[in-house]
Amino acid sequence: MGKTGVQSWSFINPVYIQSSGTAVGPLEGQGPLSSTFDRVHDDLHCGEDNWELAERRLMIDAVHSCLQKAGVDESNVDLFLAGDLLNQNVTGNYVARQLGIPLLGMFGACSTSMETLATAAALVEAGYSKQALVAVSSHNATAERQFRYPTEYGGQKPKTATFTVTGSGAALVSKTPSPVKIEAATIGKVMDYKIKDPFDMGSAMAPAAWDTIKTHLEDMGRVPEDYDVIATGDLSSVGTPILRDLMKQDGYDITPVHKDCGLMVYHSDQPVFSGGSGCACSAVVTYGKLLDDLKLGTYQRILIVATGALMSPTMMQQKESIPGIAHAVVLTKGEVSQ
Amino acid sequence: MDKQKLNEQNYEKASKTYQPKPPYVLNVIKAFIIGGLICVLGELLTEMYVHWFDYSEKDAGNPTVATLILLSALATGFGVYDKLGQFAGAGSAVPVTGFANSITSAALEHKSEGLVLGVATNLFKLAGSVIVFGVVAAYVLGILRYLWSLIF
Repeated sequence: MGKTGVQSWSFINPVYIQSSGTAVGPLEGQGPLSSTFDRVHDDLHCGEDNWELAERRLMIDAVHSCLQKAGVDESNVDLFLAGDLLNQNVTGNYVARQLGIPLLGMFGACSTSMETLATAAALVEAGYSKQALVAVSSHNATAERQFRYPTEYGGQKPKTATFTVTGSGAALVSKTPSPVKIEAATIGKVMDYKIKDPFDMGSAMAPAAWDTIKTHLEDMGRVPEDYDVIATGDLSSVGTPILRDLMKQDGYDITPVHKDCGLMVYHSDQPVFSGGSGCACSAVVTYGKLLDDLKLGTYQRILIVATGALMSPTMMQQKESIPGIAHAVVLTKGEVSQ
Repeated sequence: MDKQKLNEQNYEKASKTYQPKPPYVLNVIKAFIIGGLICVLGELLTEMYVHWFDYSEKDAGNPTVATLILLSALATGFGVYDKLGQFAGAGSAVPVTGFANSITSAALEHKSEGLVLGVATNLFKLAGSVIVFGVVAAYVLGILRYLWSLIF
């Protein structure tokens, strides 16, 4: 099959997630998914001197736990696909410098988690890589500096704002049979419905998630009920109802199976405004909790739709709107049980 | 309320119904109370400088402002001022303490890039526009006042 429909890829030869690793900051560690993370840092600085180093520490931790679980040495990994939210993808680049694995740096804002996973799966399936490592990270303080104000600045944020997840998720993709199989992927289009408020990314990204999910279902000839869970990345409590209503307009009721990683990663009483966001948001939830549930057999087939707001502070000042993008990957329970 | 059908043309407007409205009245009340309390603190400091340190009513303003700036900078460094800002909004942004917070927070943020290119270059990243408009406004008003005095 290979290319399926308009925007989807079905993997003919089975590709698997051999192992995964996650590392998070303190607030995520106090959240409901605490027990599913491999490493929880009690300090936002993660024992480092500045925020950028802290984010790098998180990615290194995630990569190391991932490789350790698979029992694979760095030297046996032939491709590293990494991305983050910082200018020039610095976290991925500097972690790759340390790992010494050939790097493909990727940027899709918060959709990078599934962008890297889908690309890795395609490259492994086609035989260009035997073992590909994917990793993404975000850090609340580096993201604040990159996109908003200094961390200690006392500006008031509206309720529609999201809170960047501090953490990193990594996964190792190969053809070695494992409990989690990568079945298909759908690459999203950039959708821009003219939302200009950088403190409301849920509204900006909902059309992208809707377009990708709808296209995915059409391409694959499926209905929402074919999935145990359709998990969006970081639509938050604002974008979630918009997406559900957009899908309903097209005759798809995703509400019973839909979850949003941004709402799963924190307790509702944590000070995170409308929910979590960032590359790490979908990554730490998928590579932790959702993979665990697949391995346990709680789920048979899930669709992860990582949503990204392709927001640039310079473009915001030039009065541009926020383009959104969403990439989807289908994960199924593999033939091999744990 | 019957929701509008969402499409590309009306999205910006129709999506408003999903976004929680900012609690304007509550925000104004909180800003009034916290902003007022900061001003009360300023008044107390002025009184203190007048009664205990022999400043005149007019001159006591300078040490008062300096003290408020110091307190705000310390609160910023201890990570308290941003939490106060989230609660009080304009109440903690408008007084001189808000100005001090914008400078201190920028300094802290860029410490990792060094003293000259980091701290010094970025110190007025947020406060710079306030200074520019303050100076320009003062200049324009100064000229107007001068012209006024020439005519009358």
